[in-house]
Amino acid sequence: MTDAAHRPARNAKGSRTRGPLARAEAGLARIMLFPSVFIVAAIVLFPLLANFWISFKPVTLGDLRPPSVLLSDRVRATDTGFTTDWRLRNTSRSAAITNVVVGARVDPAWTLQELPENCERTPERLTCRLEELPPATRIRLRFAFEAPPGAADQADDWEPTASGDSENILTNASFTLENFRDAFSAREFWTVLRVTFVYTIFGTLAAIVLGLFAALLLDRDFRGRGILRGLFLFPYVAPVIAVAFAWVILLDPFSGSVNAYLKEAGVIGGAINFLGTRSVEIGLFGITVDFPVALSTVIAFEAWRYFPLSFLFILARMQSINTEMFEAARVDGASPFQIFRYISIPQLIGIMSVLFLLRFIWTFNKFDDIFLLTGGASGTRTLVVDVYEQAFAISNLGAGAAVAVVVFTVLLTFSLLFFRIMPKEEL
Amino acid sequence: MAALRHSLVMTTLTGVFWGWIVAACLAVSMTLFSGQILSVDLISAGAGGLGAAAVYHFWKKGWLSFAAQAVVAADILVTLDGNAPLGASLTGAPATSAIIIVVFGVVTALVVRACLAGMPKGVLSRSLFETHLIRSMIGFGYVFFTAIVLLPFYIMLMTSLKSQQSLMSNPLDYSIDLGAGIETLFRSYIELFAIYDFGTFLLNTTFVSVMTVAITLLFCVPGAYAVARLRFRGRKALSRSILMIYMVPAIVLVIPLYAVFSQLGLRNTHLGLLIVYPATTVPVALYMLQGYFKGLPFELEEAGLMDGLNRWQVIAKITLPLAMPAMATVSLYVFMIAWNEFLFAFMFLDDTSLFTLSRGIVSLNSSEVPRQHLMAGAVIATIPVLVLFLWFERFLVQGLAAGGVKG
Repeated sequence: MTDAAHRPARNAKGSRTRGPLARAEAGLARIMLFPSVFIVAAIVLFPLLANFWISFKPVTLGDLRPPSVLLSDRVRATDTGFTTDWRLRNTSRSAAITNVVVGARVDPAWTLQELPENCERTPERLTCRLEELPPATRIRLRFAFEAPPGAADQADDWEPTASGDSENILTNASFTLENFRDAFSAREFWTVLRVTFVYTIFGTLAAIVLGLFAALLLDRDFRGRGILRGLFLFPYVAPVIAVAFAWVILLDPFSGSVNAYLKEAGVIGGAINFLGTRSVEIGLFGITVDFPVALSTVIAFEAWRYFPLSFLFILARMQSINTEMFEAARVDGASPFQIFRYISIPQLIGIMSVLFLLRFIWTFNKFDDIFLLTGGASGTRTLVVDVYEQAFAISNLGAGAAVAVVVFTVLLTFSLLFFRIMPKEEL
Repeated sequence: MAALRHSLVMTTLTGVFWGWIVAACLAVSMTLFSGQILSVDLISAGAGGLGAAAVYHFWKKGWLSFAAQAVVAADILVTLDGNAPLGASLTGAPATSAIIIVVFGVVTALVVRACLAGMPKGVLSRSLFETHLIRSMIGFGYVFFTAIVLLPFYIMLMTSLKSQQSLMSNPLDYSIDLGAGIETLFRSYIELFAIYDFGTFLLNTTFVSVMTVAITLLFCVPGAYAVARLRFRGRKALSRSILMIYMVPAIVLVIPLYAVFSQLGLRNTHLGLLIVYPATTVPVALYMLQGYFKGLPFELEEAGLMDGLNRWQVIAKITLPLAMPAMATVSLYVFMIAWNEFLFAFMFLDDTSLFTLSRGIVSLNSSEVPRQHLMAGAVIATIPVLVLFLWFERFLVQGLAAGGVKG
């Protein structure tokens, strides 16, 4: 950041005392930055904090719809007039509704035989108040009217309404540690954690190794180099939804081309369910190993989809290596593999470690790919998929938020580590 | 060990290896193209390649040597495969086997020549041995990467053009019957637009993506200018925290945003998406733009300031016109992010009339919808992005490398 150099120094005394111009400049900067900072704070930073809040709250998906009073009425004609039942029900199973008010328009000609407790009658209107409607309860109010014939039909459209106050489950003061207890004690939590790290580490490494090879291929001049470079970026720029489903269909055990070809060519006996098999036992020299099929497939997908990014970074770095070094090594009689090992690799190790850290974090965060490929089934459930499963499949928002807190904590650790050890010149 | 670095060893290795690779590529691509199942016999394919390499080892110069290589390679393949190269019999499938014979002979001969050109006879130096080995490896690299990249896209496109019955009867038959007429060929696409409302999805996606680009630019141009040019306390910290925002996983934001947007009535609206998308793209765009702004000469802006323009006018009249290439990169890049976005569209949108393409395609992923429809949807979502990408590739590659790209 040497931008201060090409500007006149505004303040000879240094930055401690700020002149009016400098203050005006800082003020302008604040105005210019406000929209960006505001939207990021509102949509990224606030939810981050809110997520911690929610992780301590007993919230389910259903609680998001505020509890309301459900009112149904039935009118029955009698000899002298009609009777009616108002049934009130609290839609929530957990939260009470207070200050419930139920009311309806009435005809002044109708007379109420008995006014129930808490109700009042004006000529035009009938209103009842309840202090509290406990969760998941029903209350019945019965009225008997003396009225002229035909009033029962009229009463059918008297539009009874019900309202009440309820606490917002997101802002009230009930907290719980249940979410974290659930999250950590679940038998699969540690499996999920292990799967997450296996997926992240191997997916990242595979993408970088593929990217390194692709960069080696394109680090030379030949006709069609531009076309090939564009082609190699396809997996990365195409919508994830399109390529994930293309893989799903390609690998389908019943009608996928890969299985069909392997079977016809005699490579395999029966179809392999690449995305639906947790593991197969492979016997090697008398040792049987459980090979995780679906997990390996999603790792392969990860490598396939993200090698272009590594390839771009590594290629850019390769092309900035001074070619004189290669010349000198060649003159000294180094073989191509030696040149690669002792000259190229040391030059590339910096960018590759940066890539590893960046991709490690992004792969750790990756939700779409696994969700679309397997939905987290057959031993491919990672932490982020678990967040979705807890919050939206089991509808327990609080538990999902608790897992999200775990995700964020792990990530924060890695990010700090990343900024600590990342070589500055690579940024 | 050193004796193993003999030219004969290299010739053998190269010949056998390329015999296998050429035969395997030929078998798979012919199978996927014609639907007739072909497979490779390692012995005959390897021997064919070896033949081509052996001819070249002893007779290097001229067209005749090339012709001899091709003929020998093809002849060995046909003979060892029992007059049915790769399983396509000469009498049963004359056209297929003719193609196989010609392509196998010519390609194997060409590749082997390219890999072995300039190799002296006898024991090779380590450098030479490795050079020739690397040539084969690089050739294989081209084949490997092209194949893995293209295969899923090829399957996607071809599946979308097939009918349910033909896919079921032979999952390997991707041949296209051009005589059947446009309507039969594009039936999945026509049905998607007619029945599944893909026209609306396409419009929705375009609207959301274009608006996201507009909002992002509106927000981040002044921000980037401030970070690049103005001095204020906390600038360094801000530059760094921009990068930290990259690391925040979308899934952590989904639950609170889902909860709050539900209660505010912003869920299931395009407005909701248009609040979330720019928030995720602004940091990247700001980072990319400020880098570019810093590279512009400040003298021009200074001249503008001297002439009485205020900062906003300087930005509009001097900085932005100079930063057009960067603006193009950032716009395209943000457009692609918004176009491809899946998670929030999936979580937020319930009404079919509001669906973006990503959301619409997920809803096609059920057992009731035939999979050629799913693939046709995938093609519809992919084509605009790929066209844009290829059109502006140079801009985008710079942007991808500079911004590091979220995802």
